[in-house]
Amino acid sequence: MTTTAEPTTTGEIGKARVRKEDQRLITGRSRYTDSITPPGTVHIAVVRSTIARATITSIDKSEAEKAPGVFGVYTAADLGAEEVGLPCAWPITPDQKAPQRPVLAVGRVNFSGEGVAVVVARSAAAARDAAELVEVDYEPLDPVLDMEAAAQDGAELVHPDLGTNVSATWVFDSGQAGTGGDVAEAIKAAEADSDSVVVRRRFRQQRLIPAFMEPRSCVVDPTGEQLTIWAATQVPHILRTMTTVTLGVPESKLRVIAPDVGGGFGGKIGVLPEEMLCVLLAQKLGKPVKWTETRSECMLTAHHARDQIQDLVMTAKKDGTITGFDVHLYADMGAYLGLVGPGVPILGAFMFNAIYKIPALKFTCSNVFTNKTLTDAYRGAGRPEATFAVERMLDELAVELGRDPMELREQNWISHEEFPFTTVVGLTYDTGNYEQATQRAMELFDYAGLRREQEERRRNNDPVQLGIGISTFTEMCGLAPSRVLGSLDYGAGGWEAANVRMLATGKVEVTTGASAHGQGHETAFSQIVADKLGVPFEDVEILHGDTQVAPKGLDTYGSRSLVVGGIAIVNAADKVIEKAKKIAAHLLEASEDDLEFGGGQFTVKGTDKGKAIQEIAFAAFMAHDYPEGMEPSLDSDAVFDPENFSYPHGTHLCAMEVDTETGRVALRKYVCVDDIGNVINPLIVEGQVHGGLAQGIAQALFEEANYDDQGTLVNATFVDYTVPSAADLPSFTTETVSTPSTTNPLGVKGVGEAGTIASTPAILNGVLDAVRHLGVDDIEMPTTSQRVWRALQVAKGHSVQETPSDTHSPGAGLGSIDPNNPKGEVQ
Amino acid sequence: MIPAKFDYVRPSSVEEAVSALQSAGEDAKILAGGQSLLPVLRLRMAAPSTIIDLGGIPELKRIGEDDQYVMVGAMATHHEVMRNDLVTRHVELIAQATETVADPQVRHRGTLGGALAHADPAGDLGAAALALDAEFVILGSGGTRLVTAQDFFQDYFTTAIGEGEILTMIRFPKYTGWKSHYEKFNRVAQAWSMVAVAVALKVDGGTISEARVGLTNMGSTPIRATGVEQALVGNAAGPDVAKAAAEHALEGTSAPSDADAAADYREHLAKVLTGRAVLAAAG
Repeated sequence: MTTTAEPTTTGEIGKARVRKEDQRLITGRSRYTDSITPPGTVHIAVVRSTIARATITSIDKSEAEKAPGVFGVYTAADLGAEEVGLPCAWPITPDQKAPQRPVLAVGRVNFSGEGVAVVVARSAAAARDAAELVEVDYEPLDPVLDMEAAAQDGAELVHPDLGTNVSATWVFDSGQAGTGGDVAEAIKAAEADSDSVVVRRRFRQQRLIPAFMEPRSCVVDPTGEQLTIWAATQVPHILRTMTTVTLGVPESKLRVIAPDVGGGFGGKIGVLPEEMLCVLLAQKLGKPVKWTETRSECMLTAHHARDQIQDLVMTAKKDGTITGFDVHLYADMGAYLGLVGPGVPILGAFMFNAIYKIPALKFTCSNVFTNKTLTDAYRGAGRPEATFAVERMLDELAVELGRDPMELREQNWISHEEFPFTTVVGLTYDTGNYEQATQRAMELFDYAGLRREQEERRRNNDPVQLGIGISTFTEMCGLAPSRVLGSLDYGAGGWEAANVRMLATGKVEVTTGASAHGQGHETAFSQIVADKLGVPFEDVEILHGDTQVAPKGLDTYGSRSLVVGGIAIVNAADKVIEKAKKIAAHLLEASEDDLEFGGGQFTVKGTDKGKAIQEIAFAAFMAHDYPEGMEPSLDSDAVFDPENFSYPHGTHLCAMEVDTETGRVALRKYVCVDDIGNVINPLIVEGQVHGGLAQGIAQALFEEANYDDQGTLVNATFVDYTVPSAADLPSFTTETVSTPSTTNPLGVKGVGEAGTIASTPAILNGVLDAVRHLGVDDIEMPTTSQRVWRALQVAKGHSVQETPSDTHSPGAGLGSIDPNNPKGEVQ
Repeated sequence: MIPAKFDYVRPSSVEEAVSALQSAGEDAKILAGGQSLLPVLRLRMAAPSTIIDLGGIPELKRIGEDDQYVMVGAMATHHEVMRNDLVTRHVELIAQATETVADPQVRHRGTLGGALAHADPAGDLGAAALALDAEFVILGSGGTRLVTAQDFFQDYFTTAIGEGEILTMIRFPKYTGWKSHYEKFNRVAQAWSMVAVAVALKVDGGTISEARVGLTNMGSTPIRATGVEQALVGNAAGPDVAKAAAEHALEGTSAPSDADAAADYREHLAKVLTGRAVLAAAG
């Protein structure tokens, strides 16, 4: 790891500590929601629609009700919940069309997997057995599956009462906003100018499944004074507030606990129908109620992501200067709006200009309903889509102009002397140095050497061609300045809260509203506090994920925990020091101005007189002797609302071998040099980058949620939905450089999503770079070996079969077992 | 995992197992390593009345030899098979194919007999067993019978194992000193084969004197590529010979179409991979 800038503090910060939470997590001492079973718990199983779009003609519960161990079978009507609608917290336009999203289907189903009824039983097994006995009759309707067709006038409607499938159309126009030029004019000018080019492309962001490790689960215990909800969620605080909004339970009567949570990647920021069902049933039955989904339910019903069609127009002078960028998106919302789903494309709106000085930008996005699982946030949320579009377009422009793609980027990017820089969308990038990250990445990669090898392979007509992919990404993260969120009509702020308290014995307890689900908050936050207060790392305890312990917070998503939550902790620790200083001055009989604080010691300047902060904590606890006019306590709260986003950036380079005989893409070398400002824990950063890269590469090469023409998700298991493993990925070369952020006292930038955002276009650019000279100019994601091979055949003028994407895949799934027609002997 | 309810039997001898199977009736399923059965139970695509677990019968795990054969108990795990000296010395192709099966966790649970009896044409071991003329020892109430690989694989998930019978052992003729290779093509490392080719060659003084070639996932059963074998025999193992022989790879195949590979792509792969497998085996 290279850090070129001095860290702002010394000691713990910057140390590659192994994560303290891992001992518990990897030795089986973790406690996930499903591990929690209060006495008397009953279990539920949801009866789900097997059809994408249908009218429910009847539901026969009688057999299920008679099954052993069953307490009851309920529909929405039975629960009096027909009017309940799950919340959408992001009305992106005042006229956004939002259908009611029921806890259980009312009269009709709108996607395959939607809940129709719920069985309550003594055990999870009894509930699941009985769920199979519920007979639901459907009158099937033609499903609406193609988002582009659905957006046209006269299309079949997912929600006829809304009168359209377009939920909202959101526009940003730099000309109208006064932050830049007019794109229509830029295009008109370029079309009329023989010295300009206009590059038009359409890209598709395929549908992805967040595929977190721990399936979702929820336990609701109504037996105490408060209703306690344990949930496998990223957002315990938001879940509490939204439970109030949805069901009217007073917020003060709700306690939400997110115990150990096994991953989320955005997939656990929702408020779930099943969570609300558990609350309703717990209230009705007066017993604890538990729901834990199966993996198949998770793949089918947990929100999906991406799924955009991008129509892009970039204009440039023939000398390479970009003059305008017009972006038109369709975004598939699925059947309903998720908690923040409509806003996901909007989070990308401001990143289509990326690191480039683009003078005019227009962004138009239509959010469209289809009869599919709803979409919402997934690692990067909007920014991977934007980064893909712009980084792919830079390569397309380079091809069009016959330029080296890196050189063209450099010509257009913001140079390091120009920071802080206000972009065409009005955001101010505080710091960055694209030259520095790029130079280091090029060195590590041996760019020139690989280009020579590529030349040679092309010359020799080698069956294995070499591709070099580039992505010089930036992103906006650390969600977010509350006022900015307000201007985007988001239904919450973006602050984070912390509390730091010193115990009588000198140990430190820190509460944070940023609730971790695998990131390593406990370690990184402990390092920060240890440095700030000058106490041993081991003496700091980070408490989170329980609204009774950490009552205030806005939770974990959007790479915000360190840059927002971490700063709240810093500010609270500063307040602790401030209070301690008063007591220290009092006890040392010195003026506060004569005291200095370092390494946990208050010292009277120029003397050896001093007191440790632990001594001050004890004195405050005893309260026998403390200054007049102050409370005998060091405990401090802070709420931090950032004034700006954080803008990490980096240069990602990938070399891959493309076997033109089989279409196989084999990654050979992946180098990334990321600028994430100061680094608290380089080991955690490396882990975040590696995992992020894997997920971004997975979009490029491996993953896609496929629906058949009936609206059935055909790859709803991990054997069919091909998540790559370490065996499919190269050994990554990762480094960091640092231009510390100037918008927060730690100088840090977010890193949680960087690898995912950056890597997808690097791979696609590389695959195309390998085969473009053979006549291939685009391949859809994921660029499977079959798609690459087919593209090569088409380029050679051979006729080929269509690539089927919607059939169950013998050989890829449960071997050749077709779930719709399971036969054969299994041993 | 919450499967539908079933009875569970864990016999301690093969005789007990056969009698348990017969008394359980036609809805019974045999549990070997469970790597295909458990997912199917979990998805409730199968709901057997009884599960007969062969995990308590030590003799089914034995790997041994005589003069002519290496004998592998049906319950030997993939991991045990690929690490066994007799297997790597005399039927290396089986070890090579086994190494490509899924991932280490699966290979520690899954068994050779279970995989072969499951008879998924996308499974890796059928083509290797077929190429090597493996013989299947099947036990029923009437005693033991021996079935050749050619007769064993009958259709998708269908073998010569009859109702009330159990596969107890697979025996392989010894191919000591042969050269072999298993060329597998899949979407991600732990996935099933889209196509794979199993090749074993006897090379005398640079000339191929005997050849065995099997194809994975090119039909409803593993396929023996006799046309390829014939084209190889008598020739020196080089790129041109491999390529010419590979042109025969599609004889007798009927490639399936699915999301990973439509039939035309699979057919193309079968030829490319056959050529590569021959060259790699000849090494």
